[in-house]
Amino acid sequence: MKQLFILLFCLMPVFAQAGEAQDLAKDPVLEKRMIVLAEKLRCLVCQNESLASSHAELAEDLRREVREQMSKGNSDQQILDYLVSKYGDFVLYEPPVKSYTFLLWFGPFALLLLAGGGLFLQLRKRRAAQSEPALTPEAQQRASDLLNS
Amino acid sequence: MMRFILPLVIFLGLAGFLYKGLNLDPHEVPSPLIDKPAPTFSLPQLHQPNKTFGTDDMKGKVWLLNVWASWCVSCREEHPLLVDLSRQNIVPVIGLDYKDKPVDALTMLNKAGDPYTLSVSDAEGRIGIDYGVYGVPETYVIDKQGIIRYKQIGPITHQALRDKILPLIAELEKK
Repeated sequence: MKQLFILLFCLMPVFAQAGEAQDLAKDPVLEKRMIVLAEKLRCLVCQNESLASSHAELAEDLRREVREQMSKGNSDQQILDYLVSKYGDFVLYEPPVKSYTFLLWFGPFALLLLAGGGLFLQLRKRRAAQSEPALTPEAQQRASDLLNS
Repeated sequence: MMRFILPLVIFLGLAGFLYKGLNLDPHEVPSPLIDKPAPTFSLPQLHQPNKTFGTDDMKGKVWLLNVWASWCVSCREEHPLLVDLSRQNIVPVIGLDYKDKPVDALTMLNKAGDPYTLSVSDAEGRIGIDYGVYGVPETYVIDKQGIIRYKQIGPITHQALRDKILPLIAELEKK
């Protein structure tokens, strides 16, 4: 009995196969384009999932919306603009470069510069300290006397 | 001395940011529709599906649009507050029954009381997308010119009603 449970337990991952949310695709080319676009979009219900992979009802509705707009001939950018106008920038996985996202986009580079500058100064200070003669002439004399004796 | 102060300052700064982050709700995404015209709709009424009702019928009035559904658990939490509000006759509340079966919605309203001045049915959730709905219940305060002035994401709390929604309605009514 116990072995059977263990066996079943081990087999669990086999059954737990997850795939992208499947929608009935009438037009495979359009469907592919929709999925590519939907991967750039966030599902607002389950925020760490893309619109392409989410099974939430809202995500299904939004995929339908994207599909419909595509078949109407709207460009990807038009569709993104439409969704941003309804849900805000948060619907995009890649936040747009705006004044209030400067810190997000350029903060890491500023930190890198700051840290690099700090390191540079520190190393220069250390080198300056090392290039000073380690021993005064008297001490040098004493040392060689000791070594030679 | 500096070698102790600098890390301390960095630590305190980071702790400050993280502390602030603890109190932010990532599910509350600010709506870009605030201060923009409310998307228009004309939908079948919940009680009389052969008749439609829409934003045009509310022109010149300050009103609330409450997006709800019978399958939505937090809507039930919010429901008594809405019933209470409707008794006070302060503001018309239009119910948008979102992605729901009209039968289920009507059953729920019959059982728990109907706080809505009028209900419309958005069975496919298309108007929901227009309004940027992503988590029912959501409530919009719309002014006389049809501009969205406030959006409550999630159930209306007593606090939000008292501190934000009611004062805003009073202010909008004066205009």
